[in-house]
Amino acid sequence: MTILTILIPVTLFMGVVGLAAFFWSLRSHQYDDLSGDAERILFDDDKPLPAKIARTSAKPKETIR
Amino acid sequence: MMSNLTGAERTKAMLITGIGVLIGLIMAAAGRNDVMGAQGWIVLLFSAVLFFLVARATYDPEPTEDRSASYYDDPTKVGIILALFWAVVAMSVGVWVAAQLAWPDLRFDAAWSSFGRIRPVHTSGVIFGFGGNALIATSFHIMQRTSRARMPDQVSPWFVLLGFNLFCVVAASGYLMGVTQSKEYAEPEWYADIWLVVVWVVYFVLYIRTLARRNEPHIYVANWYYLAFILVVAVLHIVNNLAVPASWTGAKSYSAFSGVQDAMTQWWYGHNAVAFFLTSGFLGMLYYFLPKRAERPIYSYRLSILSFWGITFFYIWAGSHHLHYTALPQWVQTLGMTFSIMLLVPSWASAGNALMTLNGAWHKVRDDATLRFMMVAAVFYGLSTFEGSFMAIRPVNALSHYTDWTIGHVHAGAMGWVALITFGSIYALTPVLWRRETMYSWKAVEWHFWLALSGTVVYVFAMWNSGITQGLMWRTYTESGTLRYSFVDSLVAMHPYYIARAFGGLLFLIGACIAFWNVIMTIRHVPRQSPALDYPTSSEALEPAVPAAE
Repeated sequence: MTILTILIPVTLFMGVVGLAAFFWSLRSHQYDDLSGDAERILFDDDKPLPAKIARTSAKPKETIR
Repeated sequence: MMSNLTGAERTKAMLITGIGVLIGLIMAAAGRNDVMGAQGWIVLLFSAVLFFLVARATYDPEPTEDRSASYYDDPTKVGIILALFWAVVAMSVGVWVAAQLAWPDLRFDAAWSSFGRIRPVHTSGVIFGFGGNALIATSFHIMQRTSRARMPDQVSPWFVLLGFNLFCVVAASGYLMGVTQSKEYAEPEWYADIWLVVVWVVYFVLYIRTLARRNEPHIYVANWYYLAFILVVAVLHIVNNLAVPASWTGAKSYSAFSGVQDAMTQWWYGHNAVAFFLTSGFLGMLYYFLPKRAERPIYSYRLSILSFWGITFFYIWAGSHHLHYTALPQWVQTLGMTFSIMLLVPSWASAGNALMTLNGAWHKVRDDATLRFMMVAAVFYGLSTFEGSFMAIRPVNALSHYTDWTIGHVHAGAMGWVALITFGSIYALTPVLWRRETMYSWKAVEWHFWLALSGTVVYVFAMWNSGITQGLMWRTYTESGTLRYSFVDSLVAMHPYYIARAFGGLLFLIGACIAFWNVIMTIRHVPRQSPALDYPTSSEALEPAVPAAE
């Protein structure tokens, strides 16, 4: 089963990528306001917001409010 | 549509389609002694038509609309139409394949119409043609809306959508000519595989670029599901299709792996194609369109995130349950089985989360067939994930494997979950996309719903019955220890179920045709209406997410 020497590392690598993505999301304040995040998609004006806000969005969301 | 492209974008599009024509020509010339030549002509024709469409708009005036004030929906619209087109074509082929099993004469004695050639046209057509186009189209919609940002450019979404369709066309036409590398759901040959990698990388980059432009700081959970779909499918596709072409001028390659190694790679791919193509992306659809349509936030957003990470980490290990009782080492089989059972937790978390979201909105489910599509999809998702975990248990698999039960399980998922959530999403999306008041006919949506549901139920019950009958007949021994039934005995026992299956599929197909008609009529005949909340948000005070009082 030499194939497992390829498949298991590939699978573990994908797991590590997933883990890195998870930690990134945790550290970039993705999970700070879950109920607000769930509600916000419902208030859809169907137009993109002006790009001005885009620059502030890099910071944690408290600064926008 | 083409005149919405800027001059520079038109030039770029002409360049890309021109290169497509060139590639087609090279394939046609180099592969002239092989079926690859015919595939080359298809590539050439496809690219030439697109080149012509762009070239016709070369001297159109530059677009004047303010791009930052609107989402880019043209590729989404075309993607929805293409998805429905593929649905009708591939489901028709599916009904035909099913009918061939009941009445073998329906092959009409042609080589191209043999079961082995048209079955992959059906499977690839529904999974990639219908499912893939629907995923690409809805992902374009959702990534822009949830990011509140427009896509970064106007060429790459077209490249992704049309490039993917070129892959589908090359794949399907190749099957009819006998081009296949005999790997389930990965049948296309090396040149089509390489092309798909190019398309997929552009898709991933486009998604990340859009997210990078987002005005909404939070990345909505649906995006995570779509991203997992794109990223994991890329890795699976590349590893499983590692092959050495027999020659650069022919459609024949040899896999880099052999024997059980190859089988393990194939089912590592195959099961994760189910996981990340047919589940993850469609969960993204569910997590966006279900709350939107029900006008309620998802019951537990925290749980939706938890189940995302659960699915991402568990699914990838489950593939080896396809190889129980084979040359695969026992511990690898057990590993796959264990992870398959663990998967039930995040799967049911998603299904339950969807149904709990509807708690308190059941009157809407009763009145609105679109929402009912999504509700029933969630139920079937729960059902088929339970069934999947159950069938992955080795002794259960001893009965179910190689029987029609597997086909029934796949279709409970593909028809009941994937197709129903897609149709629900299309009905929710079409009026928004084309700025129409409603769908053209709500009665047609109702008809479609009941046809789809009854078709699925008839199909799945027929396959459950035939599968378990088969499984039991194959393991029945006489007193002297020989097999009680010959294979042909079990085949004869299948006949009524095969007729029922074709009938169930036919009901489902009629529903899909109604959907296609309804969407076209909506676009053509329903009066325009912008969405209720469609006001330009040029000032920050109108940011809809945060009420002024807070």
